Order: sequence, then structure tokens, then C-alpha cells
Amino acid sequence: MRAAVIVFPGTNREKDIAEALERASGKKAQFVWHGDSDLPDVDLIVVPGGFSYGDYLRCGAMAGNSPVMRAVKQKADAGVRVLGVCNGFQILTETGLLPGVLMRNAQLKFICKKATLTVQNSDSDFSSAYSEGQRVVFPVAHNEGNYFADDATLDRLEGEDRVVFRYADADGTVNKAGNINGSQRNIAGILNEKRNVLGMMPHPENATDPAQGGTDGLGLFKSLAEVLQ
Amino acid sequence: MSGVKMTPELVAEHGLTGDEYNTVLSIMGREPNITELGIFSVMWSEHCSYKSSRFWLKTLPTTGPQVIQGPGENAGVVDIGEGQAAVFKIESHNHPSYIEPYQGAATGVGGILRDVFTMGARPIANLNALRFGDPGNAKTRHLVDGVVAGIGGYGNCIGVPTVAGEVNFHPAYNGNCLVNAMTVGLADSDNIFYSKASGIGNPVVYVGSKTGRDGIHGATMASAEFSDQTEEKRPTVQVGDPFTEKLLLEACLELMSTDAIVSIQDMGAAGLTSSSVEMADKGGVGIRLDLDKVPMREEGMTPYELMLSESQERMLMVLKPGREDEARAIFEKWELDFAVIGEVTTSGNLELFWYGETVGDIPVKPLVEASPMYERPWEPTPAQAEIDPDSLPDAGKMTNCLKDILSSPDMCSRRWIWEQYDHLIRGETLQIPGGDAAVVRIPETSKALATTVDCTPRYCLADPEQGGRQAVAECWRNMVATGAKPLALTNNMNFGNPERPKIMGQFVGAIKGMAAAAKTLDFPVVSGNVSLYNETEGKAILPTPVIGGVGLLKDHTKMATLAFKAEDETILLLGESKGWVGQSIFLREIHGREEGAPPPVDLEAEARNGALVLDLIDKGLVTACHDLSDGGLAVGLAEMAMAGNIGATVAEQSDETPAHAFFFGEDQARYVVTSTQADAVIHLAEQAGVPVQVIGRTGGEALTLTPEDTISLELLRHAHEDWLPAYMSGEEAAEQ
Repeated sequence: MRAAVIVFPGTNREKDIAEALERASGKKAQFVWHGDSDLPDVDLIVVPGGFSYGDYLRCGAMAGNSPVMRAVKQKADAGVRVLGVCNGFQILTETGLLPGVLMRNAQLKFICKKATLTVQNSDSDFSSAYSEGQRVVFPVAHNEGNYFADDATLDRLEGEDRVVFRYADADGTVNKAGNINGSQRNIAGILNEKRNVLGMMPHPENATDPAQGGTDGLGLFKSLAEVLQ
Repeated sequence: MSGVKMTPELVAEHGLTGDEYNTVLSIMGREPNITELGIFSVMWSEHCSYKSSRFWLKTLPTTGPQVIQGPGENAGVVDIGEGQAAVFKIESHNHPSYIEPYQGAATGVGGILRDVFTMGARPIANLNALRFGDPGNAKTRHLVDGVVAGIGGYGNCIGVPTVAGEVNFHPAYNGNCLVNAMTVGLADSDNIFYSKASGIGNPVVYVGSKTGRDGIHGATMASAEFSDQTEEKRPTVQVGDPFTEKLLLEACLELMSTDAIVSIQDMGAAGLTSSSVEMADKGGVGIRLDLDKVPMREEGMTPYELMLSESQERMLMVLKPGREDEARAIFEKWELDFAVIGEVTTSGNLELFWYGETVGDIPVKPLVEASPMYERPWEPTPAQAEIDPDSLPDAGKMTNCLKDILSSPDMCSRRWIWEQYDHLIRGETLQIPGGDAAVVRIPETSKALATTVDCTPRYCLADPEQGGRQAVAECWRNMVATGAKPLALTNNMNFGNPERPKIMGQFVGAIKGMAAAAKTLDFPVVSGNVSLYNETEGKAILPTPVIGGVGLLKDHTKMATLAFKAEDETILLLGESKGWVGQSIFLREIHGREEGAPPPVDLEAEARNGALVLDLIDKGLVTACHDLSDGGLAVGLAEMAMAGNIGATVAEQSDETPAHAFFFGEDQARYVVTSTQADAVIHLAEQAGVPVQVIGRTGGEALTLTPEDTISLELLRHAHEDWLPAYMSGEEAAEQ
């Protein structure tokens, strides 16, 4: 697996992602500064969490329109896997690689906690190490993670099995009590149509080491390491 | 610039007394101009000069083999082995936070982060100590909401985990909330950066944000009491930009990995003035500044405004000659301003120019050395009587008392607060908020740092000296309870008006207590901050000397946590329990009395008991460990049970102490541990001369305090978790 991690001014979880990738694959990821014109020849591009450009405009809006994201879009169109986590997910929706938007959390507060999710489908390059319906715990840390799309889009996402993670209660039941930020249909992570782009709000990278209190996130990076060798 | 005429009114507006102004005249040998007057004003403000506190601060122990840098720099530095150092400091942003809670708290976090990364350290943990007024006071909810959002807004964006803190509510803070922010950073011990300017002719460089008119005279505001006109001071509060600070952090660390920097100083309180004066003074040199070259946010700014602005996210540095282009390239990559605005000179003066014309010329040495230092008159705080636990009326069922205490504003869960802070970013947080101390791992080593902030203001009010001892001891104990060896502390002295002898007496008492504890516990002071004049209309806050500590776990896999780990383990109480109820949470919450002498702190016993606990954790003999403080044994057991989701049954009590004093007394130097090898624990405790008592066993889904008095963990959890969210959502408006 050859992975590139995009770094914008204001990105702040690049270290966490790079360490998770190394834990799963044994290989070091490459950091790519947003101003570098050419993307390296890689088979995975990660857009990590943070506050790109301060996110003083709508979250991810400025990064989503940056030259480097146009290059990422071209790579994605050519089949390169792209993972966007947290601010990365927001940026991927702004770029148009994924449908929908991330609105402010329903309770209007930043929320950082360990969230229980269910793996909705394990039929993707990002989730093959999990079993369908598996309950996993990933931390969340966001202010705008409330996924919204119109009903037709949501129906389509579900119809095409593109919802990978949903928020659940502590027992792993997908319900209102477990929906920590008000997301439509408890959606925490989705794929694009070609299934080579995943965007998700929770941070699997912060659950990849026993010292972090859990290793549920390792499966996601191992899935990628497996398929990308 | 010479157009403004000096009048006694103008001098008074600048916070200088007549005597102080006479000293200015003798230093200058002439009348100062308005820019120079402004510089004297901020440099001699309480905030910058520590004029009321310096005399006493000098009595604190500040040395030890672990200390690389003590007080006097941007932050303290301690050795953590393997060529690494922890860099840390705490600082207050009390006055701005009361006026404008979001920005006041946010810029408090920004300021302390800069103090730490200025020294070449990457910040790895943020902490905060907060005090608010009575929950029923109309302004309290608004302040809590704004301060918490501001701390989170800044820390979350810049990407430093906020891992620990403390919060108290008390009517004494109705007119003055306290916001103390602490940052811990990690540096290579051979690559620490200091502020001492040197090298005649070396360029003085300005980097970061542009300078605007915000925060002018913030340091002076922080040195005065509040009145009902305080709202008008809103424009003196700075506005924070964590995004720019993130860029500044990365750019500074990138430049620091080269050897281009001679010295560096952040522009905090009193901005360009204090940074340039401190750099020149430490180096025994002069500095020339061409103020017209300062990057400005607004048109028409004057030299006076440029020297006094407290615009955030700015740094001043001296570079080696010829390294400007290399440095400029780094700052331009991060899209930050970079300007050579002056040079180091032989004059010994701070010389200010505006398009070539002299607009200020002050000799640096007398400006710093003649700054006032007052040995203010003080009155000792009268001792309070001890309270005999047998004299208290029957308080009813223990578990009812426990439930009431756990749901009180001071004792309830702070989850609502810390879930708004990203406490997990960087992926190194081994203990999140809610434990005794936070623990963060040092990347690529087996080490971790424990860190915590502590103070018990009600003890300090009743007996400042014991309160000062207790704050240091509790901070030390909280780190010991994780298995970390405490290294050093930083202090934030929050007090009222020092010109009142009673308040000064509180300050002096607290310092004496802190000095004794720091000395006995080998826990020196390496940095700190003083915030005085925390009064509104003559009403002072509780004396609040907050202690922030850093400790080292050499092997993080041995770390202890407070959660019960398994059923049927032995629970042991270490340390002596006399059932001290004076100034206890029990006395206040259950009997409605804030009275009596606070628990005395036996420092020898603290040292002895702590050493035993470190030994037990290191040998792997305990499965959980928790220090006892507010609320005593019953609260400690409840916290351990809730954290582990495992109940406990107390089987043994003291024969001599009444039950409520046994369960809720706040005797110091105590820990609760659980073990599967109780005999070995008892043996080692007896060898060390530490009182030890088996008090019960873990198990079940309830906490049983006496055979007929049980409460389920579910009820305890509700009591503990529900109050703060309900209060913040306005469901419990006027209670308390």
C-alpha cells in the first residue's frame, strides 16, 4: 500500500492517520502539502481531519475548491482509493466526490467521545475486515457531523449499499438514542458510486492501538492494506 | 508624537501612581512622550511587573536536578530523560473571560500555547482550571457556556488535546470568573529556545498576524478591580484566531529545526513592548525598532497603539545574520507575515522610530529594574476552630448523603464540559478527563506524562497556608495515583486586591504553604502567573492558588487508573483517617455550613504514602488506585465503581470515628487501592510505616456502605451525570 496524506493549512489529524496506516500496513505514508502541484503515484489518498483554512467559511468549502482537490478528484475518477475522515469527509462532499452535506451537530455543540457504530456493509475495500452488523467503537470529534441529504439521495445510498457505518446505541442498535449528532438515518460513513471513495465523520485512526483503549479502527486500515497489498 | 501634554490625569489613566511617575521622570531625565508613558504603564502594571507578588514569589523553591529552566522564561522546562524535556506553564485570562467569555477563554488558550511553543516545544496537552459564580446567578450559565466553547474552539482547531481540568462554583466568583489555562509541550532538551537577545546588528523579526487595535491596555485592565462600567472594557479583549496560531506553530517549529534563531519571544500581554523589552533586558543589549515596518491590520495606527496592541498570534525573534531569506521562505509557505522591523544594538535602549524619526527612547535596564516592587502590608488569616464530628446532627442514610453530594454543582460529572473538548487528537491520550490525572504518551518511547490542575479554594479561604499546602499536595497525589513520579509544578495565583492587608495575608499564607509542600515533596515551581485584583465592587474571590503539575511514567504500560477492574478484589485504604469534617463538602452540601479549620496537611505523611503508592503500582500489586479528596472515602469509592461499572461492599469501618465522618471526612494523604494480593500490599505498607486498612471487596452492581445501606450504580450514575447538562439546558434555573 502506497498512501498519501493531504495536508492543508489547518489540517491537524495527519499524524494520527499516518500512524494508523503504518500500524496496519507496516509502511509509512507520504505527506502531501496542499500547495504541491503534483500528486505522487499512490494507491490510497487520505484527506484527514482538522480545520482546513480555519473552516471560517462552511466546513471544507475552501479546501474543497482547492487545486489539490481537483487533482484528488481526477485520481478518484481513475480508480485510486480515497478516504476522507471528519474534515476530510466534509471536503469530499464539497468537492462533489460524495453526495450530501455535513451540518452543525443537532445539539449545537462540539462533541468528542467514543461512539458506537455498526458496520452496515463489509462489501467494500474499506470494510472487508469487518463482518456485517459488527458493533465497533470509534471516537468522534466534530462540530459539524450531522449528515444531511434529500430523501431521494438517501434512498439511493441505501439501495446501492453505500452506507458503510451508522451511529448506534451502546448495544449496537441503530436508533435515535444512538444518533449522536442528528445525522439523517444515523449515517456515519458513505461510499461513492464506484465504491472507491469513503467519507466518514468518526475517527477510526484513534482506535488502532490498545493504549488508545480500543483497536476497532484497525480493521478499516487492514482492509485497505489487504486489497492494496 | 510630542503633541500630547503630560497631565496628572493622563498619568493616572495609565495606572501609574505619583511616585511611580516620579521614577519615570528620573529614569528619562525628561518628561516622557505618550508612547513612552504607555510603555512604562504596561511594563509596570501588576500583570507584567508582579509588583505586589515578586517579593513573596522569590521564596518558592525552584530548583532540582530535574529542572532545566525555572521561572523567568516563557515557560518552565524539566528533564524527562532520553534527551527530552517537558515544557509547561499555566496562565490566567480571568478579566477578559468575564467580559467576553468566548474570546477571553479562547485567547487565554492561545496565549499559553504560544508561551510553550516559543520555547521550541510541540504542545501535547492542554488543561484548564475554571471557577464560576453561584449556579443561580443570572450570568453564570452564560459564562460557563462561553468559556467552555472558547476553550474548545481554540484547542480543537489548533489540534492540541484538552485532557484535564477542574471546575468550581461559588458565589464569591459571581463578579469574577477564573479561567486558568495550562499547556504542556514536548521538546528536545538540547533544542530549547530562550528570549535573551544577542549579537549586535542581528535582525529583529516580526512574524505571525498583523497588528490591529485590539487589546490595547489589556495588561492594565488585568491589574484593576472591576466596577459596573466593566462592560465598556469589551474592546480591550483580544480576538483569537486558532487557525493562524496553528500556522504560526508549524512555521516556528519548522524554523526551529534549523539553527537560524538566536532568540524568540511571543507577544502576549503588552505585545511588542514586553517582548522587545524582555529580549533586550535578558541580553543586556539595546533594540531598535522601525515601527512603520510592523505589519498593520488597520490604517492610521500610531506608534503608541503599535507598542501597546495585544493582537494575538504574533512572535518577535532575533535571527542570525544572513538567515532572513531562509526564515522568510518558511513563514511565507505558511502564509504568515514576516518583517524585519529592527536590530540588536549596543545602546542598551529601546529606540523606536517612525519613518526615520525618533518616537521613543527608553533605557531598558532601569525600565525593568526600577519597576516597582511592593512589600505590601498583610494580615494573617485568623485560625478557625476544629469541628468535632460528634457535634453534627444525624445526617440520615449515608447513601442519600452520597447521592446529594454527587449531584451537587461542585461534585457532579464534568462530562458536559470535556466532551466539547477534543481530548483524543494526536492519539496519545491514555487517560481521558474524569480520572485523577490525565496521561499522555510520548511518541516512540515507553514514557508518558501525567498532568493535572488542582486547588481547593474553600480550604484556602479558611486557612491560606494549609490551603496552599493542600493544593500542591493534591496535585502531587493525583499524579502519584496514576503511577507517575511528580516532577515539577506551575502555579496560578488568583487573588483579590493586594492593597488590602487581608487579601495580601491570604497571598502570603498560600505562598508559605506552597513553598513548604513543594520543598518536602521535591516538587519545585518552574513557572507561574499571578492574577490579582479579582474583585468586583469590593468583593473578592476565594483565594485560588491553582497548581498545575507534570509527572513522568517511565513505562506507560504500568499506569494505574481509578476504575475497579474485576469482581471480588480487596479494597484497601492507605493513609490515616481521622474523620476530618471541617470545610468538607459533606459539611457544606449536607449541613449547609462552610465552616471550620480545613484538614491539616502532614507533608511527611504525603511523601511517605505517595512513595508507597508509586512502589505498589510499579510492582504491579494494585489493580486500581484513586486519591481521596473532595467528598472523602464514599465519593472516592463511588467514582471507582462508576468508572469500572463494578460495585463494592464496605465491610470494615473505623471504631473511633462516627460513620458520616469516616465516609465523608477529607483527611489528606490518602489513597484507595484494589488488589488481588492484599497481603503483599499490607506487608509493604507496614514496612513503609503507612496506615493500611482492608475496607471491603469489589463486586455486584451496587455500592454498599453499611450492611443496611446500599445504592445501585445506576442511581449513582444518574445523580452524578444529570445535574450539569440539566443546568446548562436551563432546566434547573435557580437551584442552589
